[in-house]
Amino acid sequence: MRQFALSIVLMLSASWASAFEAENVAWFGPKDSERVLRIISTADIAFFEPMIASFLNATPGVAIDYTVASSTELQKAIIEERQSFDLVVSSAMDLQTKLANDGWARRYTSDATSALPSWAVWNDMLFAFTQEPAAIVVSKTGLGDLPIPQTRNDLINLLRQHPDVFRGRTGTYDVRQSGLGYLFATQDTRASEIYWRLTEVMGGLDVQLFCCSSDMIDAVKSGELLIAYNVLGSYAINRPDHQDYAIILPSDFTTVMLRTALITSTAQSPELSGRFIDHLLAKSHGPNAAPLTSSELDLGRVEPSLNRIKIGPGLLVFLDQLKKTTFLSEWESAIFQN
Amino acid sequence: MRRATANGSLRRRLLLSLLASSAVLAIVVYFVVQSVARQVAQDSQDNVLTASALSILDSARLSSGEITIDLPYSALSMLDSISDERVFYAIRLEDTFLSGYADLPQAVRSGGAGPAYVSTVFLGEEVRVATVGRRVSTDTGQRYLHVSVAQTLSGQKQALARISRTSMGIGAGFFLVSVLLAGIISRSTIRPLDRLTASMSRRGPRDLRPVAAPVPSEMVPLVTSLNSFMRRLHQSLRRSEDFIAEAAHRVRTPLAVVRTKAEVAERKSTDPETRKALTEMIRAIDDSSRTAGQLLDHAMVTFRLDHLTREEIALHRLVEESVERTRPTSELKDITLDIADLDTATVKGDPILVQNALLNLLDNAVKYAPAGADIKVALNAGPQDAVIRVTDTGPGFLPSELSALPKRFTRGANTQSIVGSGLGLTIAKEVIEAHGGTLKIANTTGGGACVSLLFPLS
Repeated sequence: MRQFALSIVLMLSASWASAFEAENVAWFGPKDSERVLRIISTADIAFFEPMIASFLNATPGVAIDYTVASSTELQKAIIEERQSFDLVVSSAMDLQTKLANDGWARRYTSDATSALPSWAVWNDMLFAFTQEPAAIVVSKTGLGDLPIPQTRNDLINLLRQHPDVFRGRTGTYDVRQSGLGYLFATQDTRASEIYWRLTEVMGGLDVQLFCCSSDMIDAVKSGELLIAYNVLGSYAINRPDHQDYAIILPSDFTTVMLRTALITSTAQSPELSGRFIDHLLAKSHGPNAAPLTSSELDLGRVEPSLNRIKIGPGLLVFLDQLKKTTFLSEWESAIFQN
Repeated sequence: MRRATANGSLRRRLLLSLLASSAVLAIVVYFVVQSVARQVAQDSQDNVLTASALSILDSARLSSGEITIDLPYSALSMLDSISDERVFYAIRLEDTFLSGYADLPQAVRSGGAGPAYVSTVFLGEEVRVATVGRRVSTDTGQRYLHVSVAQTLSGQKQALARISRTSMGIGAGFFLVSVLLAGIISRSTIRPLDRLTASMSRRGPRDLRPVAAPVPSEMVPLVTSLNSFMRRLHQSLRRSEDFIAEAAHRVRTPLAVVRTKAEVAERKSTDPETRKALTEMIRAIDDSSRTAGQLLDHAMVTFRLDHLTREEIALHRLVEESVERTRPTSELKDITLDIADLDTATVKGDPILVQNALLNLLDNAVKYAPAGADIKVALNAGPQDAVIRVTDTGPGFLPSELSALPKRFTRGANTQSIVGSGLGLTIAKEVIEAHGGTLKIANTTGGGACVSLLFPLS
């Protein structure tokens, strides 16, 4: 996605610029409102706007100052610059967990939070409001009469049997650049050893590395790629042209990322933030939910194989510098085999 | 009778001290349970932290002279498995920080190897820190690797709150059981005292027998002195009754002699003044000897009451006899003495005493009724009691004196002209009460006196 591409540029520029770089800013609600909720988020405006609109509808007189930033810039804004945001909404579960663990989040409980399933809340600080699976995106036309793989094993067999077809035409995240790619990859290794076999097979077939899901989807659509592994399923399904490619939720296990929100410890309007969290959770969970992600990816259908990433200190393990160095060197040796 | 002044209550004092001590014990139980549980909770948290720190320490490898640590996923996730906890860690090679949270305090063990623990505040929340260490060989020789792992206390606090509630419950339950037991104990402790009190209050007015029922050893001195007191009281009463009887007896005989002499002298004398004086003298002597007689009667009654016999008494026969015995006296005063009603009734008791009582009543009636009056005696037997009623057509009692009259030596204010000791009603009352009955005095509608003896039929 464009924002991710931009965030790389901003990340590089952030080394000399002192202030964090916002990708986009927007103001919702009355211009002169006294009650302003400041949200910093990794989700772009179009994705989050329906939630903001329904909240403002239910809570007149309130304005929302919405800032979009990459997950790295978001950390910088909160930790280094102590910007006074009320809410942090992010898909970087590990960084969100670290923010909460390191004391940047405020505890909040309400009827809505206590009704949450246990996987969707951590320490009354982090609240999950989406479930977004990592999918395999396959070009229907490019694959021809080859079978569409349903598991990683299928995928490995397919790649091994037709190396000439797939050489240079598979893609996945560059986990050194993408926080989400790193999160998916590390969680895959926790779930099964098969990730390393797949990575080695793809490495042997000159896998192309991408910064973001949207670029991979574009590449599949254009025919540059036949198969993209660990694509954010919610982005793939939310595109209007999603009929052009197949979105596979691997039936051996499907890693699911949770988008989470937290109230900052420095929040100026904690009460309003709490109401926004309640609204967010009411819209995302339960029988009357209207989730932000398309319901066409029917997660309930693959519930037994769902591997929801557990919010908690386990996520801190892969943020450990020593651990990350070890992991990345293993990953590099699997990808770059010559 | 003057009521004894109460100064506190033994039962209440006993109950209060039992309650106070069980309250103290309940509080002690609460704190002991809580402190033990707190220790256990602390120990189990320390154990988990140690396991986590050791698993990190075990993952340390020396590769090409550098220390690499492959942080195990479970090392941190295990700390979050039961309750959501914030988790911190720090890996240090002696003073060199390698990874984790650089500011995390390290627990230092004073002497000896093994894990060290410290409770502190980190990043705004209370945490428990465990530090373990081991020696590693590096290029620069043997060096010491430390791993510290810290965890917030929300799970421990939940456990402690639960334990606190439980120990509160235990303490309260302990106290409730103690309250129940204290009630039972104080009641049963006081019971012998209650029993003694009840047996003493049940006694008749003349019952001065010693207490024979066994009592707890603490009460033995009290009962012993009570018995000794009653014995002395009894002796003293007996002595004074004896003295009165003896005195009356001794006075009566000389009085009879003096009366005879006075009568002889009166008959012989011709001087009207002397005759008048002698008449008055005889009257006074009659008065005195009658009093002496009644005192003797009373002493006899008192003695017999102490050793009350229980024979069958045919009341109707007794009434007839008594009426016949009184008839000569009544005829002297022109008083009609009739039996108006005579049911058949039998009671248990001392016939001599009962007759004495009835004779006293008849005697009184004859004495205080004016000449020409009517005295009626009736015996009515009902289902519950038998009543002997003596009514006359005399002046009756003064309403203000109705309650005072049956007391010893009390006489009506309207009887000054008549010889009397004031003992008649007293004797009758003591006798009837000793038989479990009552004496009632009242005035009839016509103004005459009505005295009734009520015997219970049981």
